[in-house]
Amino acid sequence: MLGVGLLMLGAILLFALIGPVFVDTDMAQPLSAPPRLAPTSAHPFGTDDAGRDLLAVMVAGVPLTLRIGFLAGAVGLGIGVLLGFVSGYVGGKVDTVIRGTVDTLLTVPGLVVLISIASTIREEISVNLMALVVASLAWMWPTRTIRSQVLTLRERAYVHMAKLNGLSTMEIIWKELFPNLLPYLAANLAGAVSWAVLATIGLEALGLGPQNEPTVGMTIYWSITFSALIRGMWWWWSIPIIFLALLFVSLIMIAAGLDELANPKQRKAA
Amino acid sequence: MTAPSMRRALLETRGLEIQFDTRRGIARAVNELDLTLYEGERFGLVGESGSGKTTTLLGLLRLIEEPGRIAAGEILLDGVDLLKLSDEAMRRVRLSRIAMVPQGAMNSLNPVIRIGDQMRLTILEHERDVKRDEADDRIRELLEMVGLLPTVARLYPHELSGGMKQRVCIATAICLGPQLILADEPTSALDVVVQRQIMQTLRSLQERIKATVLLVGHDMGLMAQFVERIGIMYGGKLVEVGTVEEIFRNPRHPYTQLLISSIPSFETRGTFKSIPGAGLSLLNPPGGCLFHPRCPDVMDECATRAPTLVQLQEDSHRAACLLYEEGNHAGTT
Amino acid sequence: MRVGFIVRRVAVFFVIVWAAASINFFIPRIATDRDPIREKLGQLAATGGLRQEGVEAMVAAYQAKFGLDKPLYVQYLNFLADTARLDLGYSLSNYPTRVGQMIGNALPWTIGLLLVATLIGFSAGTLLGALAAWPRAPALFRSAVFPLMTLSAIPPYLLGLVVLYFLGLQWKLFPLSGGYSAGTLVGFRLDFILDVLHHSVLPALAIVLQSVGFWALGMRGMMVSTVGEDHIKLAQANGLRQTTIFLRYALRNAFLPQYTALGLSLAFVVTGQVIVEVVFAYPGIGTLLFQAIQASDYTVINGVAFITILSIGLVTMVMDFTYPLLDPRIAHQRRD
Repeated sequence: MLGVGLLMLGAILLFALIGPVFVDTDMAQPLSAPPRLAPTSAHPFGTDDAGRDLLAVMVAGVPLTLRIGFLAGAVGLGIGVLLGFVSGYVGGKVDTVIRGTVDTLLTVPGLVVLISIASTIREEISVNLMALVVASLAWMWPTRTIRSQVLTLRERAYVHMAKLNGLSTMEIIWKELFPNLLPYLAANLAGAVSWAVLATIGLEALGLGPQNEPTVGMTIYWSITFSALIRGMWWWWSIPIIFLALLFVSLIMIAAGLDELANPKQRKAA
Repeated sequence: MTAPSMRRALLETRGLEIQFDTRRGIARAVNELDLTLYEGERFGLVGESGSGKTTTLLGLLRLIEEPGRIAAGEILLDGVDLLKLSDEAMRRVRLSRIAMVPQGAMNSLNPVIRIGDQMRLTILEHERDVKRDEADDRIRELLEMVGLLPTVARLYPHELSGGMKQRVCIATAICLGPQLILADEPTSALDVVVQRQIMQTLRSLQERIKATVLLVGHDMGLMAQFVERIGIMYGGKLVEVGTVEEIFRNPRHPYTQLLISSIPSFETRGTFKSIPGAGLSLLNPPGGCLFHPRCPDVMDECATRAPTLVQLQEDSHRAACLLYEEGNHAGTT
Repeated sequence: MRVGFIVRRVAVFFVIVWAAASINFFIPRIATDRDPIREKLGQLAATGGLRQEGVEAMVAAYQAKFGLDKPLYVQYLNFLADTARLDLGYSLSNYPTRVGQMIGNALPWTIGLLLVATLIGFSAGTLLGALAAWPRAPALFRSAVFPLMTLSAIPPYLLGLVVLYFLGLQWKLFPLSGGYSAGTLVGFRLDFILDVLHHSVLPALAIVLQSVGFWALGMRGMMVSTVGEDHIKLAQANGLRQTTIFLRYALRNAFLPQYTALGLSLAFVVTGQVIVEVVFAYPGIGTLLFQAIQASDYTVINGVAFITILSIGLVTMVMDFTYPLLDPRIAHQRRD
């Protein structure tokens, strides 16, 4: 399953990276082509209301979405790892404070907060700022899971041995805990990235993304707002959906596959 | 007290074969087993891990799951071959005629249902028409029989100690008055004091309801105190069987001899004899006698000819070893 | 259940609600160093328009409570007092409609749709997942899990668009939007209720399709580990019927984490599917929020955010109280 997921993601990445070589991304801007065209050989994905060539839009937009997703996921995970490690390993009051904050924050509905934040700073939002906004809510769940993983590992015999051998806390964290946590972190990264992409698309579909960039989510927003569905411009809404479906399915497969690798004991062939 | 072999045979296995299909081949967990259990007796099945004793128990109840299967043989309970029964008929045999007391009672009870409710549920699964009050009375009686207060019925499993949970399992095992009770190392998870109490309870119950007990384990000392006859298993095969006195005083099979001599005792001092060699592989068993690579009395033909159980001097004593077959002299030492 | 536990839990609830309200108050003011509501009011006042007197009254009322001449803590206290009374102010774009009223109108639609869709998805998914992990269940169930899992990866609003296209536009089986047909009178009549149901099928379908896979996968995972447990083996050795073991031993035990997950899902029911509602122009909280965002109607946005947190706090509290009923081991721990 991991293999299929990676393959799919690889295909999407290829499309994103090589695309610009074949397709002129300037065509992703409005007024690049005659509007409202169904797919033709000149414009294989058709064009939208404002005259954007949708193939160009996808070529330009997919990397943007991926960038936001990976950036937000990585930052979120990074913060989560840091806090989770500290909280789990150091314990005591520090742990109580961090855990309490995280648990309380988790009860807050992420999307609503994101919407609140995004709607407040709407005009100035750029792609990177978007990533930051999404990352601001992506760190809580990883903190929690990493913390519990660290808690389990901390009590393992080899950690005790390392302490007895006189290794300092930092050394223990780097040499003993980290390597064992790596597969788990990889699985978490995939999960964090898919959540980040989901959140990003969600915000964009509501119109809260970068207004002038042709990201995939914004494209869906435009297609809904301009009633592409009813006007029969099926290419406008279906193509982004197909790309997104592929992306989400591949991410979830990777996450599930990595999860199986990290927890071989928990999986039995049912 | 009638000697066990004078009583009626309750359960007989003939050529029982239980195999497991693994990726690396077929493992013969139970190997041409011919075992006879008599009415009302206490029989102990001893062997090291992997000798097939637990698998035998599961086989008797037809609880072998993929990738294992009962490949051949017969299991006759009162003359009826259990392997030929329908699934539903076998389900009815379980608990009502053959009951099991599990190894680790720690997790053997449903954690979200009260004790009394679980027991009542179990009874009703077999006797549909029993009324609730009647069932509750029975449960109360059963709990008393195993030395528990009737109030235990209102508790959840996590509120009981290990010993108490095991008693509940025993109470459930006898609730329908079975003819045969299978006990799979019922006390290995408990401390010694509780162990003794549980075994005493089991014994008095067994005598009261006149059931046969098949006790499986690897604690020879415990066996000696509880059972009347012992069977030694190695590599899925029964290698020796006899009364407790015969086995302990006069073990014949080299494996049994090593087992007995490895039991520490207060009187003797000195180094222990352990069993030499590596454990047996069920996937790649040695040819001929399964024990021959580790046997101190091995002969040339042991590598090519597999021994069968032969009668020794005493009626009830049998061993599967080429030393005792006709033409070989070792039988009369 | 100990009184102490109940009291503590309720206190936590109030703390969460207070924290949420406070964040609502402070973040806009801190994040951008300006008060968006004040700005918007200023905008409205400047641009004039049909509702001129209304705006002036609104500005005046706003000034009275949150005017710049008042120190911050006074503004804050006024805000808390209002929120405690569930007075969420006036809608900036629909003055004189109160935010509370708008939310009150939209809430039943959202709760109705999502509650039903979530429960259907949950029941179907959980049962499917349980069967998929039961060794004696027909192979059909096991093979269903994979396609469902694929579906669950796709956000429901995207599924909604697809479903809308095929079932609504192409085959014209269901209406394209709205909670009920335009022009019908709202009321407790059979034809109205049927109309509402008819309109809710597509959005509900989108949600159900996406969630079934999710629930099934979770349940299947739990069942796989439960099925290997000792009490299942003993139940079989004791001659219990397969159905009994499946329902009262396996399912019953594997169900517990599912219940927690359901609680979380229900807690988020209020804003669960904003985009689905938007896609179907369903008159619920989601659409309300969406329109508010477009019109920069900050009072409504804040109001919705607050109500959401309130409902989440409420539902999680109820879950915490009911969970021990399902799992007696938890009740036992609580007693310590």
